[in-house]
Amino acid sequence: METIDTNVSNFFVTGDPMILGSQVAIAITVLAIGFVLTYFKKWGWLWKEWITTVDHKRIGIMYILCSLLMLFRGGVDALLMRTQLAFPGMEFLNAEHYNEIFTTHGVIMIFFMAMPLMFGLFNIIVPLQIGARDVAFPFLNSLSFWLFFWGAMLFNVSFVIGGSPNAGWLAYPPLSGLQFNPGVGQDFYIWGIQISGIGSLMTGINFIVTILKMRAPGMKLMKMPMFSWSVLSSCLTIIFAFPILTITLFLLFLDRQYGTHFFTLDGGGNPMMYINLIWMWGHPEVYIVVLPAFGIISDVVATFSKKKLFGYTSMVFALMSISIASFFTWAHHFFTMGSGADVNAFFAVTTMIIAIPTGVKIFNWLFTMFRGRIRFTLPMLWVCGFIFCFVAGGMTGVMLSVAPADFQFHNSYFLIAHFHQTLIGGVVFGYFAGFYYWWPKMFGFKLNERLGKWAFWLWNIGFYVCFMPQYVLGLDGMTRRIHTYDFDMGWWELNFVSTIGAFLMGLAFLFQVWQIAYSIKHQEKDTTGDIWDGRTLEWSIPSPAPAYNFAVIPTVSETDDWWETKQKRAEGKLAAQPEPVYEPIHMPKNSGIPFVKSFFWFLLGFGMVWDWTFMWVPGLIGVIGCMIARSFSYDTDYYIPVEEIRRTEAAMKGVTA
Amino acid sequence: MAATATEHGHGHDHSHGHEEHNQESMKVFGFWLFLITDVLMFATLFATYVVLRNNTNGGPTAEELFQLPIIIANTFILLTSSFTSGLAVLAMHQGKLKQLIGWLAVTMLLGASFLGLEIYEFAHLVHEGATMQTSAFLSAFYTLVGAHGLHVTIGLFWMIGIVLQLAKRGITPVTERKVNVVSLYWHFLDAVWIFVFTVVYLMGVM
Repeated sequence: METIDTNVSNFFVTGDPMILGSQVAIAITVLAIGFVLTYFKKWGWLWKEWITTVDHKRIGIMYILCSLLMLFRGGVDALLMRTQLAFPGMEFLNAEHYNEIFTTHGVIMIFFMAMPLMFGLFNIIVPLQIGARDVAFPFLNSLSFWLFFWGAMLFNVSFVIGGSPNAGWLAYPPLSGLQFNPGVGQDFYIWGIQISGIGSLMTGINFIVTILKMRAPGMKLMKMPMFSWSVLSSCLTIIFAFPILTITLFLLFLDRQYGTHFFTLDGGGNPMMYINLIWMWGHPEVYIVVLPAFGIISDVVATFSKKKLFGYTSMVFALMSISIASFFTWAHHFFTMGSGADVNAFFAVTTMIIAIPTGVKIFNWLFTMFRGRIRFTLPMLWVCGFIFCFVAGGMTGVMLSVAPADFQFHNSYFLIAHFHQTLIGGVVFGYFAGFYYWWPKMFGFKLNERLGKWAFWLWNIGFYVCFMPQYVLGLDGMTRRIHTYDFDMGWWELNFVSTIGAFLMGLAFLFQVWQIAYSIKHQEKDTTGDIWDGRTLEWSIPSPAPAYNFAVIPTVSETDDWWETKQKRAEGKLAAQPEPVYEPIHMPKNSGIPFVKSFFWFLLGFGMVWDWTFMWVPGLIGVIGCMIARSFSYDTDYYIPVEEIRRTEAAMKGVTA
Repeated sequence: MAATATEHGHGHDHSHGHEEHNQESMKVFGFWLFLITDVLMFATLFATYVVLRNNTNGGPTAEELFQLPIIIANTFILLTSSFTSGLAVLAMHQGKLKQLIGWLAVTMLLGASFLGLEIYEFAHLVHEGATMQTSAFLSAFYTLVGAHGLHVTIGLFWMIGIVLQLAKRGITPVTERKVNVVSLYWHFLDAVWIFVFTVVYLMGVM
């Protein structure tokens, strides 16, 4: 009996009232979801319409839904930390708990919030923007999503089962090695990220092929919408960076599980090797998540200024050069770790070079707005918020890149403020612009402007109130990852202000949730499919788009082809369109394999974490079995008959009329 | 929605031949991109090996451990298997199904002998007390060479699956693409082995 007790208390995290509360809340939520699905007989619907879907638009919606949930969890982590730091000597979180929370906050925000939000927008928009009917490999796309989902699940259960990782978001050894971290937390970290990382890698491949091979006829690369360009640059960076992460985590796993000596202190291991490798992935990673934001800003700014994007070619050049240069800056994350003056000088210069294409982009956006007819809708407001915040964040980045000065800034709150300014001000604000811009395309109705403005101003004010004091705190000597400080350090006033800012951002998030709920209830329907008077192909079809996107694949002749078409139509230059000639449309069939296979990956990971052979072996067999099942199934697609296309199109025109 | 649409003659309709060809060529392109990612995985393992190869922790060094005759034999076996997989693709282009399956079988046989010798080598090293846990050098050695061996193993099972599909369906655009892709993969493993042979074994004993 006693051994069972100890086993259970090793398995579940016990002894903390907050975690106990969460355990109860999770159990209740799971039961409630199960009950609702059963009561309304929705299990079949969930399986047929969502879990097995290979439709890029639905996969995209699922990505975004998960990402918002993760934003909530990562945000709660942030608020817990800010509460702990609000006053000197607080006893809200102990050191161990604080370590776990800053670790999960970082991991969740990057891997399970920013990445899926990005992939969600890729999925929903890229095929529509380039005039394609789906991505290149729809089955693989679904598999990517479910790998992300189960990977995220595996990481998140560590919170209530086994204990969270606590070695920081990049898990530097030797702290993350077996010697100093014998629990299962780091194993959850390794497997959660590994499983979802495989999904990210496949998404990268998928979208490169989609963009290079599936553009509508006439859409030369240099006529492609800027968001699609940014996706291409981001995906190229993914396929070069993520393999490094996969191997690095795998080596850390070998160290922990099989006693090898890659990164250990004994046996000839070299922890610095890990730090180099992880940043060879990690630095490109931050560009992977910010490049698509640049693309979003470009599309939104052109639409709401009613002008062509200024400097299209230089924008393409800027995106691509950043994706290359991102691979040559990694050592600026550890200037202080003794690489020597020459190495530091090299990486300082490469880092500063990145500021050049970034500056080009900022000016392109400003000149696009210059003498434009600007409409301050929600997406455009977020663009303005983005530009202000990101420019300042970029400037402090240049300050950090000065290697000698970095000895002062390194690992201080100055750094914390800098990267939050680029990741919130850059990535999150940019994605919000895209989110509000394309929401009507996803669902066929608009999000409420008034509530959205509340959220916008609360986010922005909250941001500066939270992070500007942190720059000063950093210069005053406050280092990151400390869970408390003494009264005589003179830090508490600024910390208190910073905490207020964090809660303002939390409030802003609640406004967004309210905004979505309110807008679903009081739908401002869009019947035109082109609610913003857009410029690119996604606005030429109804909102939401039909399963096959384009009944007839468009032929493109200009950049911003849809805008030019509308202009020609208005000037009467466009000959009357003949009745479209439909052909049967080739579509992939839904499949349950991605979900099942990813679930086996989850079993494999969970079994590995606990060293349970009885679980990981069946998991591995399941994964292999699913591969074989897929390889041997030849009946994977079907054709939508012309009659059905005609019916669908007529029904949508009926709505439009 | 998509799921409820009625199903129509999939792929056999001649008017859709062009689209099918497109699909298959996209898959080959996607596989090339996958190979890029695999190159990078190996590059990371090579980099790790090169950094750690002198960290022998007082244990055996590369010079003391490696037996070149086995490795050279293995190199020739793998190179030959790459050649025979090329012959398989040539046979496929001539539409000769039996020859295609025959050459794939020879390729698998050679791949299996390669693996057999590699396992023998590993067992021998472990028997001498040079295990993965002995030193950073050996950790990196087993992981790099083992990763290549694992790729070969996967390739073997993959080929078995393709031979079964060929036997059932003959040479179709889909099976043709599958043979092309697996042979690409096999040549790629050969190229990686050249680097393993040079960086690990030759530079290890010289």
